[in-house]
Amino acid sequence: MTTTLITNARVLGGEAQDILIDDGVIVALGADAATHAIVANATTIDATGLIALPGLVDLHTHLREPGREDAETVETGTRAAARGGFTAVHAMANTDPVADTAGVVEQVWRLGREAGHADVRPVGAVTVGLRGERLAELGAMAESAAGVRVFSDDGVCVHDAMLMRRALEYVKAFDGVIAQHAQEPRLTEGAQMNEGELSGRLGLRGWPSVAEEAIVARDVLLAAHVGSRVHICHLSTKGSVEIVRLAKERGLPVTAEVTPHHLLLTDELVAGYDPRYKVNPPLRSAADVAALREALADGTIDIVATDHAPHPVEAKDCEWDVAAFGMLGLETALSVVQHTMVDTGLLDWAGVADRMSFAPARIGRSDTGGQPHGRPIAAGEPANLTLVDPSTTTTIDPSASASLSRNTPYEGMKLPGTVVATFLRGRLTHDTTGGHA
Amino acid sequence: MIRHLLSAGDLSLDDATLVLDTADEMARLTEGRAVKKLPTLRGRTVVNLFFEDSTRTRTSFELAAKRLSADVINFSAKGSSLSKGESLKDTALTLEAMGADGVVVRHSASGAPYRLATSGWINACVVNAGDGTHEHPTQALLDAFTMRRHLGELAGKQIVIVGDVLHSRVARSNVLLLATLGAKVTLVAPPTLLPNGVEHWPCATSYDLDDALTGADAVMMLRVQKERMNAAFFPSAREYSRRYGLDARRQALMPPEALVLHPGPMNRGMEITADVADSARSVIVEQVTNGVYVRMAVLYLMLAGNATTEEAA
Repeated sequence: MTTTLITNARVLGGEAQDILIDDGVIVALGADAATHAIVANATTIDATGLIALPGLVDLHTHLREPGREDAETVETGTRAAARGGFTAVHAMANTDPVADTAGVVEQVWRLGREAGHADVRPVGAVTVGLRGERLAELGAMAESAAGVRVFSDDGVCVHDAMLMRRALEYVKAFDGVIAQHAQEPRLTEGAQMNEGELSGRLGLRGWPSVAEEAIVARDVLLAAHVGSRVHICHLSTKGSVEIVRLAKERGLPVTAEVTPHHLLLTDELVAGYDPRYKVNPPLRSAADVAALREALADGTIDIVATDHAPHPVEAKDCEWDVAAFGMLGLETALSVVQHTMVDTGLLDWAGVADRMSFAPARIGRSDTGGQPHGRPIAAGEPANLTLVDPSTTTTIDPSASASLSRNTPYEGMKLPGTVVATFLRGRLTHDTTGGHA
Repeated sequence: MIRHLLSAGDLSLDDATLVLDTADEMARLTEGRAVKKLPTLRGRTVVNLFFEDSTRTRTSFELAAKRLSADVINFSAKGSSLSKGESLKDTALTLEAMGADGVVVRHSASGAPYRLATSGWINACVVNAGDGTHEHPTQALLDAFTMRRHLGELAGKQIVIVGDVLHSRVARSNVLLLATLGAKVTLVAPPTLLPNGVEHWPCATSYDLDDALTGADAVMMLRVQKERMNAAFFPSAREYSRRYGLDARRQALMPPEALVLHPGPMNRGMEITADVADSARSVIVEQVTNGVYVRMAVLYLMLAGNATTEEAA
């Protein structure tokens, strides 16, 4: 049983106050904390100048295990998560074997518990083998120990409209949500980068915005038709923003995520054919980036999700066409959000807490149950906390990553903010405070 | 002179002019001579690294290097990729270990020569001999050289490029080089075969071939793969030929001195009829001859300069 007193933390960026944690739970805040009976036994962490956020929740992480343990394992991926300030990650289903049965999701869930760096909430596949042909046993995954609530074929789109309709309907029985990887397959055959002036010049097959927007439009209409909620993964275009905004104005049950890299990077980076910048959906134009930031600020886009996608060196150390799609995200997400949203005045720290903890937990239904996440920083709530120093600047060094992989697009970039400590139910899962004991 | 030739856009007007003038010199030194060999690149090693079949381009580079007395290694690695056999990186490391001075690379992936030149795998000079649907700079140079021999300086000349621009590395390189040389380029293609953003390229575009041909100083026909119709780029080979093929009727719309070019290999009857391809104004066979001179010039300028620097150091 540990007791910790965090002093002078700016909770959600507000006034500095103390936070007293005991046995995994926030016991008291502010003046109550310092005068509490158990404070004498507490280990003190001086959080002067630091911001306290609720433990971050990632709705979109690729942990690669089982099957691609050369790229990432649950252990290394969740360690990276803890370093990035996350206390819960939703592990995508495109593993090998695919997480399309209760057995696989329970395995991933257990591996997460054993590692202990962050809670792993497995995402179940919508269709068997991600093949888009027939529904996986969604109910069995929901009822398993993993308690799956988010279902996704991420990596590929559930493009069959009938199958998508049925999936949306079916998961209502257990309050699930379908997280759609919106990509019309015929419009994106062999697609390599954002379709635009640059793809034409570089001779790389284009991935047009309309291929995302057509599916987003279809799926918000389908969700409305059957009265289910739908979540749009890694929304990347201005047009998708407009569709989601319109849908929300009409009260349709849609939520959406944006990745850190789509908030910061543009397709201009592809000009040197360096596969570090190859990702799906692709990096878009500056106008798209501006629209995504604005949409995240005004709530049209509900959350930031990393789409952390580790790949071994050889999958990127090659020609563009054969390189793998995806980039690391867990350890840099908060810094990118600070850089693009907070330091630009678009979002305050309370807004960051909402977009990176409260809202993703709500969408993934991990805000309730035995070990909830995305809860307010208040007495009686689980002590899932992240302490951030917003005053630092760090040059990103891939070799410093806890991930097994090195495919960060931010190498050499200077980004603001450091996650100083992460608490999972009162236990430090990441700690750079240095000998606080 | 630039260290690598990756894009025709890398060449300044001075660079491009130097290559073309040097190619003239190469032609003068070898044309009509019994002994066509120059000792310029003796002791230098040129590797032809071809990941994609192209007998004509490989042979042209091979002949060019041999006429300059370089040692030539043909390294054919068709179908090589991560999934099939050796990676580009390992191939590059192998060539580096063999001491290649220049690598001429043809690859089905756009940008593969950039990876070779910029990833630190090799120190050799890289010449792009065609990468995916991106560029083919020496083709553009030989086209410019051929046109210049007939038309004089290309500044202000009207050049019409017709066909599958979307998938054509020849078209991309030609637009960039001809713009540098001051020519006025018009791309003609069905809307489905013009790339996104072509309106920002330094050229005009048209869907109407008849209209574009009047006033042309040269027309360059691009190869069109019949299989493109399966992806709905056009309805049929017949309709394509009717709307965008060069036949005798269309040739008659052009000024009498206007040239007809084609990078080869031709689909006779598809984008060009046999009578036009074999007509007096066709310089298609000459393009092949000139290809050798231009590639000699490129290899000479990139590798001989290197040698001098190293010997001086």
